Amino acid sequence: MLLAPAPFVPALFAPALAVHDLNLLIDGAAVVDGVDFAVASGEVMALVGESGCGKSLTAHAIMRLLPDAVRQGRGRIELDGENLSALSERQMRRVRGRRISMIFQEPQAALDPLSTVGAQVAEATGLPRSQAREAVLRMLAEVGISDPARRIDQYPFELSGGMCQRVMIASALIARPAVLIADEPTTALDVTIQAQILDLLRRLAVERGTAIVLITHDMGVVADIADRVAVMYAGRIAETGDTAAIFAAPRHPYTALLLAALPRLTDVPRSRLAVIEGRVPAPAEFPPGCRFAGRCPLADDHCRAEVPPLRDVGSGHLSACWHSEAVR
Amino acid sequence: MGRYIAGRLAQAAIATFIVITIVFFVMRLSGDPTLLLVPEGANAAQIAELRHALGFDRPLPVQYLGYLNDLAHFDLGQSLVQRAPVWLIVQSRIPYTVALAAGALVFALVTGIPAGIAMAVWRGGITERLLSAVVLAGQSLPTFWSGILLILLFGVSLRWLPTSGADGPASLVMPSVVLGALAMSTFARMTRISVLEELGRDYVTAARARGLSMGAAVMRHVLRNAAIPVLTVVALEVGNLLAGAVIVETVFTWPGIGQLAMQSIFARDFLVVQAIVLFVSVVYIALNLLTDLAYSAVDPRIRGMA
Repeated sequence: MLLAPAPFVPALFAPALAVHDLNLLIDGAAVVDGVDFAVASGEVMALVGESGCGKSLTAHAIMRLLPDAVRQGRGRIELDGENLSALSERQMRRVRGRRISMIFQEPQAALDPLSTVGAQVAEATGLPRSQAREAVLRMLAEVGISDPARRIDQYPFELSGGMCQRVMIASALIARPAVLIADEPTTALDVTIQAQILDLLRRLAVERGTAIVLITHDMGVVADIADRVAVMYAGRIAETGDTAAIFAAPRHPYTALLLAALPRLTDVPRSRLAVIEGRVPAPAEFPPGCRFAGRCPLADDHCRAEVPPLRDVGSGHLSACWHSEAVR
Repeated sequence: MGRYIAGRLAQAAIATFIVITIVFFVMRLSGDPTLLLVPEGANAAQIAELRHALGFDRPLPVQYLGYLNDLAHFDLGQSLVQRAPVWLIVQSRIPYTVALAAGALVFALVTGIPAGIAMAVWRGGITERLLSAVVLAGQSLPTFWSGILLILLFGVSLRWLPTSGADGPASLVMPSVVLGALAMSTFARMTRISVLEELGRDYVTAARARGLSMGAAVMRHVLRNAAIPVLTVVALEVGNLLAGAVIVETVFTWPGIGQLAMQSIFARDFLVVQAIVLFVSVVYIALNLLTDLAYSAVDPRIRGMA
């Protein structure tokens, strides 16, 4: 009997970044609880969820740039197999910008208004500005900034939001990091600019073999760019797997409702938009069982009493739902 | 840039003109200035004679034009008390006031701004609490009291510094510290708030995400952004230091404008008081102008504005 060849799963094969059982606490409440995921080089992994679900805190925890009020509890963050949580702040500084970098939701706010864009991109190289100039010019051209020789000496207020995000991407990628964390990189931009920025990220991830963790609340963005997706709800991962598989057949009621809430061109004009009733519970009000139970059409007493574990529902597709078979 | 400077210069000129006009009419509103100038026990004929000699019997618009003409020639009149030109009297005191204000400003800047930065960067710790106590003291100790305490300690007990007068740089130390204490507190509080606000901005996180240490992010990005509101306060405080040294100059018998103002008010030397009011107002306007020009040097957004 022939053994079937093992399917090639890049995320499980020497991931560039792996997050294991991450717990983040605010005043003792676990606002991020047992989050696991991994990203391989050249792959785009989306972390998706409503605001307040902990996706942005997870991103800041990876950079070790959490706000003062947030503390990391359990968990390991591994970059190329190296445990970042064990590094000193001084060692971590050499990781940031060189091996992991980050771009932000509001590109204009993420740039110092009083420094030229060139100076800020050069900062990530660790070189003196005069020596970095050539590299900065090349990088600005690579992220699609026209006339980089003029732009390099301009200030952020002289550039559009889309241009500023390109500058941020240039500063994030100039040192060729293994991992890029993109925290809602297109939320503040026009839809047409949004598509251009997503294309750019996708292209750079493939060309440079960068692993991208894309934080977003927009399932449309996920469909555009992500190879894999982890859906977060109230600090936990609800469902994770290949983007295509999840869009085709979600196995968690929250994901199913998120997808149903996407407006489509085929919708009857002037029909009501689908919504998920209720709101995400505050950390102090987290129920003992499934955190989505209060808004879930399938919830029963079992759901309210016991936390559903992430279970394999087929070829790397995981769902944390007691009723994953019943989801349609 | 050129238009920005021209606009600010025009504003300053208009403000100066308005101040000059207000000073003229306020003086006339308060009654017949002749009565303030005549020696005690003068009779009606003597008053009328003086009124005519000083031109106060002419119609107001004529007096106003004459006053403008005199000002244009730096002629602020003759002090009847000191029997000397008012401008010479005021002018002789300006170097002392400027020296004292400069000393106080240097003290306030080199202590207040680092204290404010330290309070913001090490917020919530013992550093912030200690510095807050110093700032609160600088803000709440009245100068006539802290000045006398310093004189007792460093002048009388320790004999390190002269107790009063203007006798070399050593005699500038205590008045500068006493006068600068309030400005030090103001700078420290303003710097703290401004740096704290900037520390919370995304560009700080972004700079750290590029691998900068907190210290490098503060030095390269935060301080310049935080400097803009602090600059305004510094300029306003320079005005206060130049104009507000009346008590400190009196406590330390420092021969500056403040002491002159005090002496002239007691001696009813009306024209000298008027000259001091004009001088202080023009200094304020000039400082505001300098602040606006300094902004444009710091902030490229203002430089680009038409």
